[in-house]
Amino acid sequence: MVGAAAKRLFREENAAAAHAASRIRIERVSHGFDTPAGRLEVLEDVDLDVAPGEFVALLGPSGCGKSTLLRLVAGLEPASSGAIFQDGAPIIRPDPSRIVVFQDPTLFPWRTVRDNVALGLQAQGILKQEKSRVGAALRKVGLESFARAYPHQLSGGMAQRAALARALVNNPRLLILDEPLGKLDSLTRLEMQSELVSLWQKNGFSVLLVTHDVEEALFLARRVVIFSPRPARIVAEITVDRPYPRHRDDPVLTGLRHETLERLGLGKSW
Amino acid sequence: MRSSALAASNDLSQAQGGNSLPGFDRKLFSSSGKAAGAAEALAAVPPARARPASCAHWLGFAAASAWGILAAVTLAWPNKSAGFEDWPYTTEFGVAAGAGALLCALLAGAASAPIPPSARFPRRVAAAFRHGAPWLIVSALLLTLWEVLTAKTGALPPPFFAPPSSLIDVYTSDYARLADSTYNSVKLLLEGVAWGAAVGFTVGVSIGWSRTINYWVHPVLRFLGPLPPTALLPIAFFFFPSSHAASVFLIALATGFPVAILSWSGVASVNKAYYDVARTMGASEWFLVFRVAIPAALPQVFVGLFMGFGASFVVLIVAEMMGVKSGLGWYLTWAQGYASYVNMYGALIVMTIIFSSLISLLFAVRDRVLVWQKGIVKW
Ligand SMILES: Nc1ncnc2c1ncn2[C@@H]1O[C@H](COP(=O)(O)OP(=O)(O)OP(=O)(O)O)[C@@H](O)[C@H]1O
Ligand SMILES: [Mg+2]
Repeated sequence: MVGAAAKRLFREENAAAAHAASRIRIERVSHGFDTPAGRLEVLEDVDLDVAPGEFVALLGPSGCGKSTLLRLVAGLEPASSGAIFQDGAPIIRPDPSRIVVFQDPTLFPWRTVRDNVALGLQAQGILKQEKSRVGAALRKVGLESFARAYPHQLSGGMAQRAALARALVNNPRLLILDEPLGKLDSLTRLEMQSELVSLWQKNGFSVLLVTHDVEEALFLARRVVIFSPRPARIVAEITVDRPYPRHRDDPVLTGLRHETLERLGLGKSW
Repeated sequence: MRSSALAASNDLSQAQGGNSLPGFDRKLFSSSGKAAGAAEALAAVPPARARPASCAHWLGFAAASAWGILAAVTLAWPNKSAGFEDWPYTTEFGVAAGAGALLCALLAGAASAPIPPSARFPRRVAAAFRHGAPWLIVSALLLTLWEVLTAKTGALPPPFFAPPSSLIDVYTSDYARLADSTYNSVKLLLEGVAWGAAVGFTVGVSIGWSRTINYWVHPVLRFLGPLPPTALLPIAFFFFPSSHAASVFLIALATGFPVAILSWSGVASVNKAYYDVARTMGASEWFLVFRVAIPAALPQVFVGLFMGFGASFVVLIVAEMMGVKSGLGWYLTWAQGYASYVNMYGALIVMTIIFSSLISLLFAVRDRVLVWQKGIVKW
């Protein structure tokens, strides 16, 4: 019994890992909004590559345009100028191979946790054949026993985990995370950071993560990209060449933290 | 509880004051003061013991006494002659009240003794009885007051007023006509409401979803929506091939307007992030409408349905009074034609039961469909 379950888990993980990670190429992307007060330039000449399986974190002042960039990569909006490619093909519309986890869990309140996680499969019309993936995704985030709960019955951390499961069930090749842990308490956040690392290592997708938290960026990402205030330009890229799992008191990370804060214009306050 | 019983008796005495009928004035004024005073005295007894929950069985015995009073008053106090044969079913009413008193006494006795936790059903009955005891008391006292003011003293004169016992006569002697009217009313109502809800919902969702449909339909809805459908009654009866079709149309119109407006606002106020989530996961337009917009809008749709139901009742009754040759509204005008006010009370009671049951049914459906919401209002 136990052996069978372990075998099934093993197969599921292998199946997930078999899905290739995407290479993302952001080429000279600028973007703006037409508002009643006039044109608002948000992104300016952003050039960025994400290698297959790479974990890239985006840091920048609030309101600079990070979420906007993520929406462009997801294909929810077309860029004003420039182009974005996924494995060489231009991104023109949303696709289940690139899944976004938003800052709010945005679970559908009228669906149980299980049905929320099943959303992507249902939308793609493959729920019947791929039903086992729902349970597997719930297991990955440790929510099996809450499958029948409604979102309003979940804690903030559990809701965010459910949102993560809803993303993972699609076997994305690129996971786009917009401050997914921003609203959690600090203990849950640390726990979820470690979970994110292990999920990423197991599944092998590329990750594009926006965060406000410098330590989080350094703990998670291989590369940290720093943006200027709006309109956002890339002002620096910091490579974090440390093996996983990392240690929060790693002196190299502490040094990088200092450098990162300096790049963000906060060096003196540290 | 005390205050509600007093308020009820005050309402009654005010109603008497407003209904001064030639020839009855003196009697009316002299007795109404007395009656209100008696009601006060009666109502003041039981609530004094009502406060601590552990004494709830005393409330049960008080309920038994109240029903006993109703039985005694009905049976022992001879009816005042009203210039025709005696009110029918007085004895039967008194006996039924006595049976009610006996039942209350039995239940109160049973509720006083400790019930083992394993006896689920008896516990539930006892709990319901405790909960309902204050209402049982007040309703018995009000029925007593009603019986005294009509059959016993004639303070509220026939034919405009009738004792509660005489309602039994309406239901036994005019059973067929009332049942037929009820059936026709419910059928007409449900037909109209079904059309109105279906069309209103479709229109509401469409204008919430599609810019083009919104452009064309929204102004029409804003312009014509507030017009009371009853104002269209004469024209509708003229245009439609039958009064039935006209009434269905008007009831549908009354139901459809609030349903359309609230479905629209429900769809329009759906959190845009839900669409983003669904779209990144490969959702089609169909999926966005039927699996995102509509479920998210359902709470508002139900508000619209409640409003639509309320409006449909008005139109139903007015239409039946004006042109349809059947139904409870028609029954009211028919009874009025014969000055048979007892029948009108009988029909009004049936109407109340039907309409409140329909609303309760809608609440039950809503609670089932919207289990995912927290803090749903209980009806
Ligand atoms: N749909 C829109 N229409 C008009 N302006 C917009 C729109 N979306 C975003 N903006 C503006 O673009 C700017 C950047 O927004 P964005 O959400 O990308 O910032 P952000 O970097 O994610 O900020 P934060 O870190 O606080 O989430 C903001 O000034 C915002 O007001
Ligand atoms: Mg943002």
